Amino acid sequence: MVQDIDIADLKKITELVQSKYGYDFRNYAMSSFKRRMLRILELKSLSIETLLKKLNEQPAFMDDFLDELTVNVTEMFRDPGFWRIIRDEIIPGILLNHKTFKIWHAGCSSGEEVLSMAIALKEMGILQDVQLYATDLDTTILEKAKLASYPIKNMELNEKNYIRYEGKKSLKEYYQEENGKAVFDKELLQNVIFRKHDLVKGEVFNKFDLILCRNVMIYFNQSLQNEVLKKFHDSMFKYGYLAIGSKESLIWCEVANKFLVVNNEEKVYKKVKD
Amino acid sequence: MDKYNLNNSYKAVVIGGSAGSFQGITRILSQLPKTFHLPIIMCLHRLKHVRNGFVEALSIKSVAQVVEPNDKDQIKKGGVYLAPSNYHMSVELGNYFAMSTEEMINNSRPAIDITLGTAAYVYRDKLIGILLSGANRDGGLGMKHIKDKGGLTIVQEPTECMIDTMPKAALSLTQIDHVMKIDQIVEFLTELDKHYK
Repeated sequence: MVQDIDIADLKKITELVQSKYGYDFRNYAMSSFKRRMLRILELKSLSIETLLKKLNEQPAFMDDFLDELTVNVTEMFRDPGFWRIIRDEIIPGILLNHKTFKIWHAGCSSGEEVLSMAIALKEMGILQDVQLYATDLDTTILEKAKLASYPIKNMELNEKNYIRYEGKKSLKEYYQEENGKAVFDKELLQNVIFRKHDLVKGEVFNKFDLILCRNVMIYFNQSLQNEVLKKFHDSMFKYGYLAIGSKESLIWCEVANKFLVVNNEEKVYKKVKD
Repeated sequence: MDKYNLNNSYKAVVIGGSAGSFQGITRILSQLPKTFHLPIIMCLHRLKHVRNGFVEALSIKSVAQVVEPNDKDQIKKGGVYLAPSNYHMSVELGNYFAMSTEEMINNSRPAIDITLGTAAYVYRDKLIGILLSGANRDGGLGMKHIKDKGGLTIVQEPTECMIDTMPKAALSLTQIDHVMKIDQIVEFLTELDKHYK
């Protein structure tokens, strides 16, 4: 087992992936990136040399590599207090001006967040009025997100979060149990467009009233976070909302003065300047 | 005469703890010199879905305010930091924190091994690691990393621990420098701080 990777080896990997596949991981936060690499080497029983060889010679391996590299640990209604603010303040705020609107889940991973949003919107009776976009770099995880099918063992935590969110029903009413999986009602995802999108290299592709990008930019260094936040600013309508993770902040970034803090505890911001 | 043979080369103190460590940590934080020079970086196991209350409880008696840092916050002299709930907290080259939501380790997030291991990587022999009472093995490997990089390692005296699994894990994985009771840890840190005045 490889115990540690030095920076020179990490650089070899990022440079190969950049030149051969066009993904840029050079500005990823170092310690978590290193842990992901060590994890891949262990899972696949590879050395640095064999990993480089595989990346170089087997393009099909790249999808697998991306799937293991990106962190896909998430939960439904993560931070229930955040979801209550979405329901009680943010969405009513958007509805004051628009009957229909658009939400972007940037870095949607296996889809728990967009599914939580769909349930929240359905319980508000406005699911049909909202266009949701869910994007991720990792196509393998996007396919999983589309299935909306999760191990039943995850549902205890999801249900607890939902109860603390004070949802209208029981989470059980939204899924069927099949072969150890909780398979959610596909109707919930009828207005969701899933698409591959790279926050690092991708262009601004639409304008949104609400963007959620929670616990995604923590894997980037500060200069990359700054660039991505500029793109989010460009992807929002004036008076639109941006939500980031509870331990992230944008007060330091270049576009900080174009946002107002709506909720500092749950890290919700409002765009006030173009 | 300084019985611990200390000097002022250290850059940070990391502390790990779990079940039964709250009292000990509170005593350390309340009895430290008011202007303790080094940053104290704590990773304590905590209820995953209770985000509030813990940092406030620790702050009540602490000589310095305890902060749960945001991602990429700088680590400052004299700062007292606590890993937030449901995030792993790493120390990065450049002396700042990074958060992550990766898989749990030893059924824990935050995992002590991550905070201690990344701090060892950044501060090398300029780090002091302290591991307190706890009911699982998390932190043992982190202490080994600190020792392997030349840092100074201290575990709480197992007989004083409410649950001694955690310090014992560290003792079995590496040659720990000091086994101390909480009072001795306070004395040690107070003695250390004198070298920075």
